[in-house]
Amino acid sequence: MSKPVVATASLAGCFGCHMSILDIDERILDLIELVEFNKSPVDDIKTFTKQCDIGIIEGGCCNSENVHNLKDFRKNCNILISLGECAIMGGLPAMRNGIPIKECIEEAYLDGPTVADCNEKKILPNDDEIPMILDRVYPCHEIVKIDYFLPGCPPRADLIWNAVAALVTGGELALPYEVVKFD
Amino acid sequence: MNTDLNQILDKYKGDATRLMDILTDIQTEEGCIPSDAVAQLSERLGISRVEVEQTISFYHFFSQKPVGKYAVYLNDSAVAEMKGRTAVAAAFEQEAGCTFGSVTEDGVIGLHNTACIGMNDQEPAAIVNGVVFTNLTADKAKELVAGMRAGKAVQEMVTELGDGVNSSDLVQSMVKNNIQKKGDVIFSTFESGSAIKKCIEMAPEAVIDEVKSSNLRGRGGAGFPTGLKWEFCSKAAEKERYLICNADEGEPGTFKDRVILTETPQLVVEGMIVGGYALGAQQGIIYLRAEYTYLKKYLESVLDDYRQKNLLGNNIAGKEGFNFDLRIQFGAGAYVCGEESALIESAEGKRGEPRIRPPFPVEKGYLDKPTSVNNVESFAAVSQILVKGAAWFKGIGNDKSAGTKVLSISGDCEKPGVYEVAWGLSVQEMLDMVGASNTKAVLVGGPSGTFVGAKDFSRKICFGDLATGGSVIVFDQSRDILETVSNFVDFFCDESCGSCVPCRAGNGIIRSTLDKVINGKGTKADLEKLTELGTIMKAANRCGLGQTSFNPVVTTIKNLPEEYESRLQEESPYVPTFDLAASVADSCEYVGREPNL
Ligand SMILES: Cc1cc2nc3c(=O)[nH]c(=O)nc-3n(C[C@H](O)[C@H](O)[C@H](O)COP(=O)(O)O)c2cc1C
Ligand code: SF4
Ligand code: SF4
Repeated sequence: MSKPVVATASLAGCFGCHMSILDIDERILDLIELVEFNKSPVDDIKTFTKQCDIGIIEGGCCNSENVHNLKDFRKNCNILISLGECAIMGGLPAMRNGIPIKECIEEAYLDGPTVADCNEKKILPNDDEIPMILDRVYPCHEIVKIDYFLPGCPPRADLIWNAVAALVTGGELALPYEVVKFD
Repeated sequence: MNTDLNQILDKYKGDATRLMDILTDIQTEEGCIPSDAVAQLSERLGISRVEVEQTISFYHFFSQKPVGKYAVYLNDSAVAEMKGRTAVAAAFEQEAGCTFGSVTEDGVIGLHNTACIGMNDQEPAAIVNGVVFTNLTADKAKELVAGMRAGKAVQEMVTELGDGVNSSDLVQSMVKNNIQKKGDVIFSTFESGSAIKKCIEMAPEAVIDEVKSSNLRGRGGAGFPTGLKWEFCSKAAEKERYLICNADEGEPGTFKDRVILTETPQLVVEGMIVGGYALGAQQGIIYLRAEYTYLKKYLESVLDDYRQKNLLGNNIAGKEGFNFDLRIQFGAGAYVCGEESALIESAEGKRGEPRIRPPFPVEKGYLDKPTSVNNVESFAAVSQILVKGAAWFKGIGNDKSAGTKVLSISGDCEKPGVYEVAWGLSVQEMLDMVGASNTKAVLVGGPSGTFVGAKDFSRKICFGDLATGGSVIVFDQSRDILETVSNFVDFFCDESCGSCVPCRAGNGIIRSTLDKVINGKGTKADLEKLTELGTIMKAANRCGLGQTSFNPVVTTIKNLPEEYESRLQEESPYVPTFDLAASVADSCEYVGREPNL
């Protein structure tokens, strides 16, 4: 039987969750024995080349590109996992959710301390090529169906490892307290 | 600020634990708590500014912004809606010229929504500067606004008076008691002073034993045995002890404590004096919800009467060393303050945030001293138990639930009001009693209780089956139950104190999932998730609010599934609410581009 295929993506996240994937240390060698990676920042494959078994999503959706990417993952992966606080709840980026989008854009391009004096023409990015900003940051499960949620910011490497191993081997997911406690 | 702060502070001896009273006085005088008052209070009471502000911001009836010279608080709970609140609200808005949640530009009229004010049998109802107006119509709303514009005193606008004590000089309110059925315990004969006389002939332990053997269970909802609670408290090591009467009555649909306190407050006061004797407590507090401020003068006169007869104060009834006095503590609009540990925090002048237990209040309660908190009706029952005996009391009701229960029944029935019945009545018997026909559903125990449909109308109203603190709401076939459920979900979102994530976020998730269902995008999986979320909330939340707030949703999914089924998406197991076009519309418009979807 061919190895299960895994894809990963970072949407509106900080890449911390991907760092945590790498944090499984030398077990990464076991992992590539167990699975094959497809589209992922880990191997820099940019487009899906085949149907995947497991998709792992870091980050929620803050713009239209995130939404397209997430839908693409749903289409190309049999099982989809929300990895980390941002994917599950919106996380830190969702702190903007209480602020009207107009104010967010003003702060980012007109008034913020790093832009206030250098955007004399008061340009707001509006090229067709640029992703469109959503009114708020959405957790992934509000946009596509998510099969599993792995909590943490970032989730511990052990949790990611245990979850992927359980999915691939069909065993029980070990969830000792240390692996899901955060403080 | 015009108010004389010195006078207010002197009245409460500059005691920071009386912050609720101090703020109530300022709010009443000024129509808000001005920021200079906050600064001065912080300095004079020796607490931080934040401590003053967090108490203000926690309570619905405190406001740092002016609420209007005439502040209208119109009930927006489910039964008010059923009885025509929308038209009344529209009339208020049109005549006043401002919308709910705002104050007219000249500052004269403020329109505010508020949760159930304990008048479900005479809705729509509103409170204007402490004065209650019931059975409102659009025309009456117009008249009221005209009166306000003419500068009338609010009391002057009360044109008819209610029944019983409501029409007495000290109350002068249009509120009606609507006592539809009197029973053997609460609305029965009682000779004032008789319970006190009886108790001082007994040893305190014997009083507790009598209450224990009566099998009286708390009437506030949770049903904890009253005698046992008293025993725990009386055995606490510390001798400075407190007794609190929970008259917060915030559960939507409950109004029986209001009627008990109006018609037979002597039973309650005497039950507290008996409790003071049994527990060796020196001080008692009646924690009364702010909505019932119109009863203040009357209840104070009842206390004075007891004092004059030497039945309250020092050496009560001539019994050397039996010292017990009572004061009334007002809340300021927060449902969670009915929870006993939140109530204690509030009575100490703080945010009404439930405490982590243990320690329970019987060990560490008010001012960290042993405290027993009991419901109005529980105290009233104690008085009768003392006079008529535990065996008599046990003979009423059924095996799990001794005595009678005062029910507050409202909604779609001919005779809404208060009914004192023996425990064990079936839902159908109750419906026949109140003149309800064509009934679709009954909510027993208020929003934190249980919705039942026709197949369960043979179930019994008692502990062990359908327990209730008194709230019963009837819905006929014309009602959309999800509309009511939705109203209650809003209520819990508003009233959660916010301490526990599974309550703060859980109620929000219930809100958005229910919206999804109501908007026709829900699936069976969504309902399963809601039920699962209920299990998590029950296990993980700190207090009864978050441990029951999912009940309107979860019990209707279980007992009235047909209310949901027609709205669910059949084919797909997953339907998102997300709409890309809608979510990018604003940002695209602002930066000046066409959305390319
Ligand atoms: C959110 C919440 C609100 C409550 N509101 C009331 C109330 O208004 N009146 C009341 O007597 N008990 C209320 N309770 C129950 C009290 O915590 C407490 O159990 C009761 O006052 C004890 O008195 P009892 O044993 O005589 O019933 C409430 C509980 C919760 C969790
Ligand atoms: S969950 Fe934490 S680590 Fe992961 S993307 Fe979000 S912020 Fe970064
Ligand atoms: S359950 Fe809700 S209301 Fe109760 S303490 Fe927790 S957050 Fe506050």
